[in-house]
Amino acid sequence: MWTAIVVFTVLALALGLLLGYAGQAFKVEGDPLADKIDALLPQTQCGQCSYPGCRPYAEAIARGEADINQCPPGGEATIKALADLLGVEAKPLSAEHGVEKPKMVAWIDEQVCIGCTLCIQACPVDAILGAPKLMHTVIVDECTGCELCVAPCPVDCIYMQPLVPTLEQWRWPSPEERLAIAEESVAGSVRMDSHQHEVAKTGRAES
Amino acid sequence: MSERILYRFPGGFHPEQHKNESNAKPIRRAAMPAQLVIPLKQHIGATAEAVVNVGERVLRNQRLAKADGYVSAPIHAPTSGLVRAIEEHDVPHPSGLRAACIVLEPDGLDEALQAFEPWPDFGEIAPLLLRERVREAGIVGLGGAVFPSAVKLAGTPGTAIHTVLLNGAECEPYISCDDRVMRERAEEVLRGGQILMHVVGAGKCLVGVEDNKPEAIAALRAAALKLADPRFEIVAIPTIYPSGAEKLLIHVLTGQKISRETRVTERGFLGNNVATAAAIYRAVVLGEPLTRRVVTLTGSGLNAPGNWDAPLGMLASDLIAQAGGYQPDVARLVFGGPMGGFALASDEVPLTKAANCFLVLAAPDAPVEPLPMPCIRCGKCAEGCPVELQPQQMLWDARAGDFERAEKQDSLFECIECGICSAVCPSHIPLVQYFRYAKTEIWQREREHEKSSVARDRFEFRNTRIERDKQEREAMLAQKRAQLAAQKAAEPVAAEAAVDDKQRAILDAMARAKARKEALQAEKTAASEDAAHE
Repeated sequence: MWTAIVVFTVLALALGLLLGYAGQAFKVEGDPLADKIDALLPQTQCGQCSYPGCRPYAEAIARGEADINQCPPGGEATIKALADLLGVEAKPLSAEHGVEKPKMVAWIDEQVCIGCTLCIQACPVDAILGAPKLMHTVIVDECTGCELCVAPCPVDCIYMQPLVPTLEQWRWPSPEERLAIAEESVAGSVRMDSHQHEVAKTGRAES
Repeated sequence: MSERILYRFPGGFHPEQHKNESNAKPIRRAAMPAQLVIPLKQHIGATAEAVVNVGERVLRNQRLAKADGYVSAPIHAPTSGLVRAIEEHDVPHPSGLRAACIVLEPDGLDEALQAFEPWPDFGEIAPLLLRERVREAGIVGLGGAVFPSAVKLAGTPGTAIHTVLLNGAECEPYISCDDRVMRERAEEVLRGGQILMHVVGAGKCLVGVEDNKPEAIAALRAAALKLADPRFEIVAIPTIYPSGAEKLLIHVLTGQKISRETRVTERGFLGNNVATAAAIYRAVVLGEPLTRRVVTLTGSGLNAPGNWDAPLGMLASDLIAQAGGYQPDVARLVFGGPMGGFALASDEVPLTKAANCFLVLAAPDAPVEPLPMPCIRCGKCAEGCPVELQPQQMLWDARAGDFERAEKQDSLFECIECGICSAVCPSHIPLVQYFRYAKTEIWQREREHEKSSVARDRFEFRNTRIERDKQEREAMLAQKRAQLAAQKAAEPVAAEAAVDDKQRAILDAMARAKARKEALQAEKTAASEDAAHE
């Protein structure tokens, strides 16, 4: 009996030391869970989740303080991805934080802009260029569409505009979207008038 | 000549051919229209950059736009005329989006410019120069893929090309432009093949043609005899869709299966469409850039189907009007063939390098898309798939939005979008539409992911910058405060000294006044004493 006790005590001690050492030696800097959550967030930095940016929201979720349905720009896709990551049930977007909208970018009416730099200070990703009393403009490729620049503008010259896809960025609509469009259009057939793009999407080359 | 053993790829099917409508009559040359709308992007890769200005007069063969980067191609003027505008115009694209085009108004003079020096003895020209010529002439794959040919010719470093493959399969129903090119320009095609062999140093040229084009095969064999070049082998392959897909054609001809990750050049093959070979011949031997192509106008919605040699930029509406116009019950305009093509919203789109066919269907041939029924797991799509995928599984994953699974487990990107699965599905499920959607959706998500990483970096950089500014400002303030404190500490001593100085001055002044008073007193006393003595 004593041998068994001794063997297990020694084993327990040795393994405990090993674990303790491993815990010190392979210590992970930062919060890996928050990193993973952060990677799924859209990085709009809009603050609609009530946290000052995506990273703080990710940390709040990791701590269990925030729910996964507070990100309107990410929408359903982000909620689903977060639910998969955290192993919880997906839920609809929380209405108090906003609604899911199509991708937009800010546009400054340069005729009206007075060059006050307030929007530059508000932009979380430095996507606005300009200097005091000089015209400002938005770098479209860097704009996340967070709308944080709209409110500070004293002359209301910033507008959110839908992002027009280029040929390279365009994606095929899913057949379900196409069916929805077809129901709205005339009998779902392709008319050959000019500029009937919506109708065109219902055409089917395969026959 | 020994008979080549041919192989059979899995799947495939036999659609109705509909080739006879358009392949009987010779290629006709289209008359120059009143306006050409030339898109700046007619190839895979970066959009070409315009090098002419609005209002400028250009000559035929003059370069209108230069290649922007390695994977890109320049664009040349098909005739002489005035550049009226550089603006957005409808282009043949499934999105119906507009894209930048050069609008050229032909002046009817058709004055030409010798764009390049003709090299009739191309065998003496260095391969590198020939490749540069192919690049400068704006030649891209004319089979529909429009990949810049010069990039293909560069091959894969470290792998020698042993066989040049000329693709004359033209497996897509209705289309017959390659057929007519092979019949009428067989020698140009084969001479193009000779140039290609010379450029890549290949010792063999296989020409694969589906056996539903006996006239084309005969014309090519006659041309090969005339050229007396034993390196050519013209092979009639069985007519089965989609044998024109490059890797499937290689499978049919050699039995080699090449996976998606492997490029055909890595296996020592260089594939080119027959019309591309003819264009390379014209660029090298005649010094002409690519400004025209042969296009099939066909389908039940046209009065007179046929093949036309037309300038790039000619609007489909102009071309169809010249070709005899529409039938009264015309219903649908398709760019490309019925299997791989897409419907167009308007016929006001220009002919591009990619345009091998405008298919116009009359109402009875273009029924309203039947509503899809649920999948019954019959497996017909999997039987028909030439690249051995499981389309029903891919459909399941694409519908569920499980793109990762569709990509990793179902090998979605192996799909060549031949459209057989959609065509054979008894439930009318538009499978290939789901796959196109899933592929572009995956690319879109990748782009968004990339953009969000950039946004994260910029946000974090901004935060660090603000933090740094704050610290710098605090440090500066602290320094100032310290300076002030130091000044204050020094000030009292100076004040005391100042007080001392003043007092000393006062005391001095008092002392001086006292001395003076005493002096005056002494004088007075002396004067009174003098008076007493007198």
